[in-house]
Amino acid sequence: MTETMGILAYGAHVPYRRLDRAAISDVMGSGGGQGWRSVASFDQDTTTMGVEAARQALATTDLDPEALWFSTVAPAYLDKTNATTVHAALRLDAAASALDLGGAVRSSVGALRSALTGPGRTLVVSSDLRVGLPTSADESLGGDAAAAVLTGSAADGPLLAEYLGGASATAEFLDRWRTPGDVTSRTWEERFGEEAYGPLVEQAWAAALADIGLAADDIDTAIVTGLHGRAVKRLGGRLGVAVADDLMDTVGNSGAAHPALLLADALDTADAGRVVALVVLADGVEVLVFRSTDALAAGRPSRSVAAQVEDRADVAYPTYLAWRGLLEVQPPNRPAPNRISASASLRRSDWKHGFVGSKDATTGTTHLPPSRVGMGGGAVDDMEPAPMADTEGTIVTFTVDRLAYSPSPPIVFAVVDFDGGGRMPIELTDVDPAEVAVGGRVAMTFRRLHSADGIHNYFWKARPVRG
Amino acid sequence: MASHGIRDRVAIVGMGCTPFREHWDKSLDDLLIDAAGLAFDSAGVTKDDLDAYWFGTSQSAASGISLATPLRLSGKPVTRVENYCATGSEALRQACYAVASGAYDSAMAIGAEKVKDGGYQGLNAFPIPTDGTNRTLTAAAMYSLILPAYAERYGVDEDELRRVVARIAEKNHYNGARNPLAQFRRETSAEAICEMPAVAGRLSVFDCAGVADGAAAAIVVRAEEAHRYTDRPLYVKALSLVAGDSSGLIDPDYDFTTLPECAAAATDAYAQAGITDPRAELALAEVHDCFTPTELVLMEDLGFSEPGTAWRDVLDGTFDLDGDLPVNTDGGLKSFGHPVGASGLRMHYEAWIQLRDRAPEERRVDLRGRTKALIHNLGGYPGEMLSFVGIVGSELD
Repeated sequence: MTETMGILAYGAHVPYRRLDRAAISDVMGSGGGQGWRSVASFDQDTTTMGVEAARQALATTDLDPEALWFSTVAPAYLDKTNATTVHAALRLDAAASALDLGGAVRSSVGALRSALTGPGRTLVVSSDLRVGLPTSADESLGGDAAAAVLTGSAADGPLLAEYLGGASATAEFLDRWRTPGDVTSRTWEERFGEEAYGPLVEQAWAAALADIGLAADDIDTAIVTGLHGRAVKRLGGRLGVAVADDLMDTVGNSGAAHPALLLADALDTADAGRVVALVVLADGVEVLVFRSTDALAAGRPSRSVAAQVEDRADVAYPTYLAWRGLLEVQPPNRPAPNRISASASLRRSDWKHGFVGSKDATTGTTHLPPSRVGMGGGAVDDMEPAPMADTEGTIVTFTVDRLAYSPSPPIVFAVVDFDGGGRMPIELTDVDPAEVAVGGRVAMTFRRLHSADGIHNYFWKARPVRG
Repeated sequence: MASHGIRDRVAIVGMGCTPFREHWDKSLDDLLIDAAGLAFDSAGVTKDDLDAYWFGTSQSAASGISLATPLRLSGKPVTRVENYCATGSEALRQACYAVASGAYDSAMAIGAEKVKDGGYQGLNAFPIPTDGTNRTLTAAAMYSLILPAYAERYGVDEDELRRVVARIAEKNHYNGARNPLAQFRRETSAEAICEMPAVAGRLSVFDCAGVADGAAAAIVVRAEEAHRYTDRPLYVKALSLVAGDSSGLIDPDYDFTTLPECAAAATDAYAQAGITDPRAELALAEVHDCFTPTELVLMEDLGFSEPGTAWRDVLDGTFDLDGDLPVNTDGGLKSFGHPVGASGLRMHYEAWIQLRDRAPEERRVDLRGRTKALIHNLGGYPGEMLSFVGIVGSELD
């Protein structure tokens, strides 16, 4: 008998910024609506959001993933693998493969299903950054987020939720599409998609129940999601099961990330022994059914989805448009940064991607960045790695730089003393200059500093720890 | 560590300094030819009379060829030097050592920077390929960290300290208004500066040095030969350079209220020159006022004021043109702007004319029998800095 597969760890990332949908119509005279959507900061992309979600997940467990599957439909790179960046930021072993699974929104739930049915421990990271033209439904109803699920068997460690089984239904029809190079999607008439999805939902739902040997009454909660909002709402209501909140009022639909984000949200609050069905409408229907375990309560990430939904600040609509490149604004009259060096980046990947400094083995002094020779008379190469990404720090002093180049000026820079030793002057992000104070607490976050020649410069910044 | 110095072994016998301007109509070559020509004339020599050349430029050119070509120097040893914003002083330091060693009888140190051909405001570093993790803060922002740290350490009200550094800018602009070589020749009040919008921390544009093109040059010979060239040479009393190891950026003990590399260079220079009470012995000081907080803490690091008291001395007028120790009598970087390779030699030029009674009447320092001047020229940022301190004097000790 094969071991029961399931979820060993999970985590989510909802960016700090929100767009008040009413702000859209205030500026444009149309569009928008009620509630908020989440907005990736100017220095975030699907890769960096994926890193943050994965860090949340891996912080709850000592288990190392044997593979990393990264799924998005808004990749930072094509041809080049994005999962390798996540892999480097998480400091995974080189033997753990890192693959991109992208192209279609359906890929992310497909990755999750494949991981749950295949052998080994797989970290499935899904991330999406949803862009619509100003005043469009996609603009106001989309959201940016990421979620990560570490799958594996009960032999690996305590499962937080068992994977009971599921089913799939597939059909070729045009509901939503985007040609390569386009930033925004197009859709067919809404009614058609709803009709097309109807029988697929019925088929997959029935097959899933048959697969796991349960009746609809045995399902405690259904998570129903997909980018066809009307089909999701109508067809979900016909399952005969309580449907979970879809975070549409607070986050918006985060596309490829949304199935795992909603699953994380459900696991954040589920009691043990609850049966949760994930129903995803995307060019067909995928149904995955889980049952939470006694281990769930002790295995949750430190920042729940609800907590991240609460930790937020609004971004002005024009600023949001500028961040997404939909509104071009005058940059500071300073040279834009040059592209980074590939060879220098590889040599210092532990530092650049992993935020690993060095600690003088004789004096105990932490060096950021790592140094071969210690300050204060240390010997050469008398250093140990000092991983600092998960260490919080305190602001010693700070300044606001209105002259320096930034994709979104001004730059807020702080000198940070890390708990347990180590100092570094570093840029702050997700921050209002007026809220920064000496003594403030910060945590590290993986960001994209800038891009040049099509090369993205990833490194770490510090974000305020609030509340 | 030994630092013996070359006190009174080398003399400056000629200097030249171009106006510092946005020289849209002059190339780097033009500036070099102009500054070198002024220096040749000042010493009464021709280019062929000099044995060696050191050319300081930070980013405007590379190699000694960049000086040899415009001056058409034939068969001469010409070396380009670079040491951040202390590049001009570094060129002089190398030329002096070469003459002191006996390798050459005479040499020129020349520094120049053509900044205004870049198309951007401000100084912009030459891009070196990196892993992209290096800090991208402007120098203004780095130096803005001094004010809150100083206010905290010495219990000075931050608004009061803001007025103190604006007073430094007011002083330097007062002096610069009386200097035809300076770029900015308008007086500005501390009150007006305090009203300006902040660009980095609490610093306004008027707390920052300007940007200009310019060049300056000095001719040095063995001290015993000096009177062959001029009745009034300047003797090199001290040349000190200290390059920090950047540990201030990562050392939790560093508090941004002092520039330790500058203090170390000053200590070394005073030892070389035999100075024990700089505030009483120096006739004037030219210091690197790249930003107003820099000049504030330099007054302490150079030993002019006790730690924590420079702000009072600034308000008391100690460093004014008619003060106890006039500082930046030519207007400083504030009035001149900062063509990186030229600034250090421009500072020496002020000592050259003040100690020899050649300064214009309206900003001539009352020497009161004092014969020495200090030149301080730094590169880098708080925590990550190199500092030059030199001392010249009009008399042999």
